[in-house]
Amino acid sequence: MDLKLDHHSEDRLTIVEVEGEIDVYTAPRLRELLIDLVNKGNFHLLVNMEKVDFLDSTGLGVLVGGLKRVRAHDGSLELVCTQERILKIFRITGLTKVFGIYASVEEAKEAHGSDK
Amino acid sequence: MATVELTFSALPAHVRTARLVATAIARRTGVEESLLDEVRLAVGEACSRAVEAHRLHCPGEPIRIELRDDLGRFEVTVTDSAPSDELEQDRALLRFDDPLVQLPDALMSGFGIAVIVGLADDVQVYPSQKGMRIRMSWPAATNGLSPA
Repeated sequence: MDLKLDHHSEDRLTIVEVEGEIDVYTAPRLRELLIDLVNKGNFHLLVNMEKVDFLDSTGLGVLVGGLKRVRAHDGSLELVCTQERILKIFRITGLTKVFGIYASVEEAKEAHGSDK
Repeated sequence: MATVELTFSALPAHVRTARLVATAIARRTGVEESLLDEVRLAVGEACSRAVEAHRLHCPGEPIRIELRDDLGRFEVTVTDSAPSDELEQDRALLRFDDPLVQLPDALMSGFGIAVIVGLADDVQVYPSQKGMRIRMSWPAATNGLSPA
């Protein structure tokens, strides 16, 4: 399955919807989108990974790169993910300590305070 | 012992094909369904690392993957022709306590190997100046082929 990307803004938060496989072939498209969003002043990103079928270390590298970019602007990059097979790779690499990971977009928005 | 060999050009698009082939053969070899995601991810990581290494050092050379049904084990060996060293293997054994400092935006090869080590039941990494060989295996049905 290919990678589908979409995004929209809710208050200060930009929600990035990702669907499909994030691997060495498709990850550059996600990297370009994240760079573009940051360049346009979107510094609080929430990446919804609920429809991601596959994620490898290339994809993790892109997410870490995005996090570094937003942090340079005092921003945030957080994730929505409940799939065990995706969460496992975050645990193996210790990245659960680096990313805020939420069970739903609503939960992330609440924690972020963007809906206040 | 049944063996399937696949060689492919160092193109990112082919990594998905290698993953699909490995998963299909693992299923047919009798690897438990609950382990197939690990096989898919570990083989994908090994092939991604090889593709990145070839694109840097020898883009015209093919990457080889061998999939073997060996006495109740499903064994996968990914072999590349790009020079590698012990340092890369050492990095693979480290946990990334501060990935924001250690990771560049692009794939860091040691990161991929660390994922493989975390996923596969049994892993050996053989770096050399002639290329790297990553061998990994999982338990499979002892009688070889699972029902078709």
